[in-house]
Amino acid sequence: METTKYIVIFIAIMTGLVAVALTGLRQSTKTIAEKNEEVFNKRAILGSVSTFLDKPVAEFSDEEVLALFSNDIEQYVLDMGGEVIEEGESVADQINMAKEAQKPEEDRSLPLYVFNSDDEKLYILSVRGRGLWDAIWGTVALREDLVTVAGASFDHAGETPGLGAEIKDNPAFSAQFSGKRIFSTMNGEYTAVLVRKGGARNPEYEVDGISGATVTADGVTEMIKRGIKYYEPYLEQFRNADALGMR
Amino acid sequence: MADTAVETKKVAQPVQEKEPLFGRKERELIVDPLNDNNPITVQVLGICSALAVTSLVVPSVVMAIAVVFVCTFSSLITSLLRNYIPKSVRLIAQLVIIATLVTVVELTLRAINFPIYRQLAVYIGLIITNCIVMGRLEAFAMANKPWRSTVDGFGNGLGYGAILIIVAVIREFFGKGSLVGFPIIGQSNDQVSYLINTDPETGISFLSWYANNNLMVLPAAAMFVIGVLIWVQRSYNRKLVDIS
Repeated sequence: METTKYIVIFIAIMTGLVAVALTGLRQSTKTIAEKNEEVFNKRAILGSVSTFLDKPVAEFSDEEVLALFSNDIEQYVLDMGGEVIEEGESVADQINMAKEAQKPEEDRSLPLYVFNSDDEKLYILSVRGRGLWDAIWGTVALREDLVTVAGASFDHAGETPGLGAEIKDNPAFSAQFSGKRIFSTMNGEYTAVLVRKGGARNPEYEVDGISGATVTADGVTEMIKRGIKYYEPYLEQFRNADALGMR
Repeated sequence: MADTAVETKKVAQPVQEKEPLFGRKERELIVDPLNDNNPITVQVLGICSALAVTSLVVPSVVMAIAVVFVCTFSSLITSLLRNYIPKSVRLIAQLVIIATLVTVVELTLRAINFPIYRQLAVYIGLIITNCIVMGRLEAFAMANKPWRSTVDGFGNGLGYGAILIIVAVIREFFGKGSLVGFPIIGQSNDQVSYLINTDPETGISFLSWYANNNLMVLPAAAMFVIGVLIWVQRSYNRKLVDIS
């Protein structure tokens, strides 16, 4: 039978060794992991403006993604009143949407990316909400008129693969957002983009839902409606009233 | 088949003199978990992760590789330490070994393939609680020599991974009409009425007469698929039925 002393020493040495080994591994992979994460997040942002890029986002190399961000994308941080509080390289990258979501609404900071594509300026807004199981988030890009959606991309923390997770995994879902309007042409009312169960009825601002993922789809609708609204005080300064255009 | 069990006992006795590196016993340690003693379909262990990750093939393959890795090396390490691990804290020691290896997998994956890491991070963490790994450590590695324990861990990881991939292939095929992400049957998201549908992006044509079965995507379907697998296995492997 082992003595208590032996047991304590054994466990102490074992956990000590493990701690040292894991810390070493973590430190040695830290730089590459952080770069991976940065590129991963930036690819997601580019996903919302993919139709304005020369090739699919997946075909960009990591270096090209970073180069595109430093050359063609301006970053701003806004407060909830629509004022720019910071601008410059990677200021928007520093904003953690998960942390912002825990602050009271009026104290939040909003990251804004402005992509100067070959044809026009695109405003990339970050949104965050709740799906069925956990947080969902994404980016919605608006075209220069600040009314038409240029594209959207979504991600999630734990939606069901094949159902709610389709908001990310199925490119056909996010592709539907391109060309939708966030203001109705009927009365100029703010509509955002509605994910409709059973298929879009008003093609102007509705997209098809995902069968079997109603709660996640409603979460996307709510997230977009609330998320774009946050940017509204800033955006409305630049929007031409004609763009709301009641036909 | 009953003969082989007796024979192995005979072979196992006089191993003292000369032990082949990959003898009959080793082969059996690998083949056994694939069929007669499969961790999922016979021992019914590790069901939770088998339900969770198998809706698509790619995550299942990554999960299978991760479990094979953890199972193999935790068996090796436990077996090497088996004479030093105090009996009263052996479970804790085993857990520390498993948790360490799982963290190694997690950190490595994060550095190599971040998108897959993001997708699987939760389930990789759950390997720690996967009964297969700890079950093998407790039942085999604590009492056997390092080489055999390694082979046993590898075999069990393989047996688990094989079922995982079979279930994932069935579920992805019937649930989403695709395999490894490539559409094979079934509708794409736009409603298509013709028989042959061409993916506008890749230009690949596929049949589209099949309406995707959403049930197959849900975790419950994995239960049905595993149930059917157990049934099929027992219907041709009589030895399993006689056990009870």
